[in-house]
Amino acid sequence: MAVLFAGFIGFGALGESLGLSVYMTVATSVLVFALPGQIVLFEMLAMGSTAIVAALASSITAARFMPMTLTVMPHFDRRHRTGLLYLVVHFLAMTSWAVAMRDFPKIKPEYRRPYFTGFSMLCWCTTLPGSTIGYLMAGSVPTPIKLALIFLNPLFFLLNFTEVRQTSHRLAIAFGGLIGPLVYLVYPDYSLLAAGLIGGSLAYAIHRWTRARGARQLIQQVPLEALPDKREGT
Amino acid sequence: MSELIALTGTVVGTYLWRALGVSFSGRINTDSEIFVWVTCVTYAMVAGLVFRIMLLPVGMLAELSLGIRLFASAAGIVVMIWPHKRLGGLVPGLLVGCLIIFVAGLNA
Repeated sequence: MAVLFAGFIGFGALGESLGLSVYMTVATSVLVFALPGQIVLFEMLAMGSTAIVAALASSITAARFMPMTLTVMPHFDRRHRTGLLYLVVHFLAMTSWAVAMRDFPKIKPEYRRPYFTGFSMLCWCTTLPGSTIGYLMAGSVPTPIKLALIFLNPLFFLLNFTEVRQTSHRLAIAFGGLIGPLVYLVYPDYSLLAAGLIGGSLAYAIHRWTRARGARQLIQQVPLEALPDKREGT
Repeated sequence: MSELIALTGTVVGTYLWRALGVSFSGRINTDSEIFVWVTCVTYAMVAGLVFRIMLLPVGMLAELSLGIRLFASAAGIVVMIWPHKRLGGLVPGLLVGCLIIFVAGLNA
């Protein structure tokens, strides 16, 4: 949560350095609550992209919330899976998702939604003071500290990638990390879409292929006597 | 004005993904093939964004050389995966990486 707070301080400083207003910066943090998308939005506005393109590009980066929500919500008690989740989901962040995935196995289902809601809302509460402080300090804070705070956001996600254990997900990170910057050099607006769809599909294809090959090898290894003999019946 | 349109669009666009997740969460199976694919696409997308910010930043970070950004990232990763219990991990990794950027900023 401290990282998230520092992250929003960094975002506040970014808003100031790009010349956007304090209201715009804080409103973005409170209402969007998705740092990478906010950074994309601000960088694109600073580059002079049109409003629609900037909104589309930043919304595309929020696509991860769909699978993140999909992996968190089914763990809740069935009675807790009500319309209220449409409010709770706004407070979902990478941090609370990671904490939920780590702690849910140890928590009874009926306590999971309260636990998740409480932690997520606490995370969300850091956005307003964080980005306000970051914005107001940005003018008086020396450049090295500003640089370190801005660097904290991407570094946090980069370091989290080392925790990813599944080979298919690691491949997706490698392909996406390669394709994203390359496409950005030619078509900046489509770099995330390309990284996700091409990189992710490539990783998925390799995952399917190795799984199928693994299954074939497994079948070949099974001695014939172990297979049920269907000829007897005919 | 165009800033407000962009913000409104982002707020709606971001929330739609969240709401879509809630509405699917009751129906989709986390073991299904489409789910495996969506997760791969998500990881690739986030990685594409993070690597782009690291390699081709816009704004203040662009003032630092690529070598320093790479060095700080690599140092952070090494500390993150360092096997020692107290010296390794996420927070020490973040501190080391940001400290390198801080020192580089002093000399810039």
